Amino acid sequence: MRKIKEFINNFGLPRIIIGLFLLLLFVVAPFVGVKVSTSINDTIVRFGMNSVMVLAMVPMIHSGCGLNFGLPLGIIAGLLGATMSLEAEVHGFAGFMMAIVFATPFALILGWGYGRLLNKVKGGEMMIATYVGFSSVAFMCMMWLLLPFKNPTMVWGYSGRGLRTTISTEGYYLHVLDSFLEIKLGPIVIPTGMLLFFAVLAFGMWAFLHTKTGTAMTAVGSNPVFARASGINIDNIRTLSVIMSTWLGAVGILVYQQSFGFIQLYMGPFYMALPAVSAILIGGASVNKATIPNVIIGTLLFQGILTMTPSVMNSAVHTDMSEVVRIVVSNGMILYALTRKTEATR
Amino acid sequence: MKAVRQTFWKKIGDFVSNNMVPVLFVVICAFSIPLSGYSANYLLSEIIVRISRDSFLIVSLLIPIMAGMGLNFGMTLGAMAAEIGLICISDWGIVGIPGMVLAAIISTPISVLLGWWCGKILNMAKGREMVTSYIIGFFMNGIYQLVVLYCMGAIIPVRSAKLVLPRGYGIRNTVNLSGIRKSLDNLVSLKIAGISIPIATFAVIVVLCLFVVWFRKTKLGQDMRAVGQDMEVARAAGIKVEETRIISIIISTVLAGYGMIIYLQNMGTLNTYNSHTQVGMFSIAALLVGGASVAKANIRNVFLGVILFHLMFIVSPMAGKNLIGEAQLGEYFRVFVSYGVITLSLVLYEVRKKREANREGQELAADQKEDAR
Repeated sequence: MRKIKEFINNFGLPRIIIGLFLLLLFVVAPFVGVKVSTSINDTIVRFGMNSVMVLAMVPMIHSGCGLNFGLPLGIIAGLLGATMSLEAEVHGFAGFMMAIVFATPFALILGWGYGRLLNKVKGGEMMIATYVGFSSVAFMCMMWLLLPFKNPTMVWGYSGRGLRTTISTEGYYLHVLDSFLEIKLGPIVIPTGMLLFFAVLAFGMWAFLHTKTGTAMTAVGSNPVFARASGINIDNIRTLSVIMSTWLGAVGILVYQQSFGFIQLYMGPFYMALPAVSAILIGGASVNKATIPNVIIGTLLFQGILTMTPSVMNSAVHTDMSEVVRIVVSNGMILYALTRKTEATR
Repeated sequence: MKAVRQTFWKKIGDFVSNNMVPVLFVVICAFSIPLSGYSANYLLSEIIVRISRDSFLIVSLLIPIMAGMGLNFGMTLGAMAAEIGLICISDWGIVGIPGMVLAAIISTPISVLLGWWCGKILNMAKGREMVTSYIIGFFMNGIYQLVVLYCMGAIIPVRSAKLVLPRGYGIRNTVNLSGIRKSLDNLVSLKIAGISIPIATFAVIVVLCLFVVWFRKTKLGQDMRAVGQDMEVARAAGIKVEETRIISIIISTVLAGYGMIIYLQNMGTLNTYNSHTQVGMFSIAALLVGGASVAKANIRNVFLGVILFHLMFIVSPMAGKNLIGEAQLGEYFRVFVSYGVITLSLVLYEVRKKREANREGQELAADQKEDAR
């Protein structure tokens, strides 16, 4: 009995509830006429689409900057890369790589500035990160109208200026990762390329966290006084973590687009931080502790619920309550993490 | 001499950082008003409407700030409670002032309950109340949707077919509040030079302001300020810190609910699933534009904020159109400015807090460094 209690305490009650809920959905699914194979397929694809953005949470949590609610900033760097790659008319896999190349300098510069800002507001990072994200999205709304893009697939047809709200990646880099080494197992199609891409980045992150700088980052997050005493430049390490997070956000949105098929501009990135934040929390991370398994488990659970609830609910009770479930699960998880007493004190 | 000069520069620096946001806004407005080409008469009447519409909501933010809990992003909870009250009276067909009062009465217990719950959670997240209250707003939005979109008409009886979605349950996206539309504004209204002034609404707002001023001086108000200054000291002085904080959030939530009713009687339509989400952001931005900070806000900030913020809000689309030929640009601009203002104020507040708190810490660190050598 005590062991069970300990396990619940360690793993967290909400995570268990969410895990059981997902299990229940999978058990119920065949009885209400939902094809489990399609659901599994969707879950895998959505895992691939979102996992890099969830991975972007890891460095900032490690360095003690908290949850990166400012992810839209990284996404904006990615969007700039994507639009510039389309403007340069680079097609296929080269276009995808080009987008990453174009996005990188923006991610580095924006991340550097964002990191410097967060160093000035230690303790209040999360609220400010949220609003940095919001204001940068709103600022870019103006820029999308004004930037001199010319490619006719991207700009509004009638005025010939200002980018469209959604741009198709078809003919450019649609599914370049998804279809790479694609494996077909009956009805299930595994987007191997996309999963491999995530695996490479995740392995890179894991390896980085075991280098000297990575260890220093963890030290800064878990005990800043000790880190300072051992001669680590806290501000530099934190800025580095923010830059990494921003860059991963940029790459994350590009991976998302190549699978989703559309570049969403204007208010598109506005609320994109919240799903990523709740995914990593569902995976077992806390405000100041996160690992790669947290990323993988969390994204699978969260995306699993997102794909399963609408289909099961629709078939079972003929209403789509998935929106409510999504809002309650994701924000409830964030609330749970924010209110943990043991983790509140650094 | 050196000390005198230092304090002089510090004063200038403090003045600039204290008033950076209002000054910035005065500059923006000064540029964009002539660009927009609106007449002074039009602007004045618009501003009067906005003051009567928004000030009550913004005043509801003052009390949690007093208790040191920062900007109460959870004010949307009160707004949701008010919307439920308004849906009820629209269904029952109760119009005019009685309708408004009844909506307020319905909203009160819901607001108290939500405020109590919100306060409880914020007590578990001390030091990050703002981001937590912000997420609470999102979370409750989900519950609100569950109640209004799925339960109303299915479990909670709704008679009026005009309110319910064609599928048989759930409330429509927009609810026409024609029954109470401007009933408070037109109760006693005065027309001066073509500008109508809703005296009754202003009277309600003045009463609320007097309440806030009076409240500061009561025992509870003093306790709240003590808690806001330093929780541990307050606790040592025998103040029940947790309870006081919860009460401040409850008061704020209830007032936000009443404010929302006043806001919506002026608007005349309720966007069932959107009204409350926008209200929180605009109220907070307006208060900050008025020169308030996360830790300090008064009634002067409220009114200065409403005037400056909404002046910018009214003129920027036209200014954008006349300047670049695109009204859309002005609209994005005002969204950017709203968020930018909140960001800037939060950053300034944190930086200043850091600067003050770190002075001692830095000296200590310097000592430690020397010791380490």
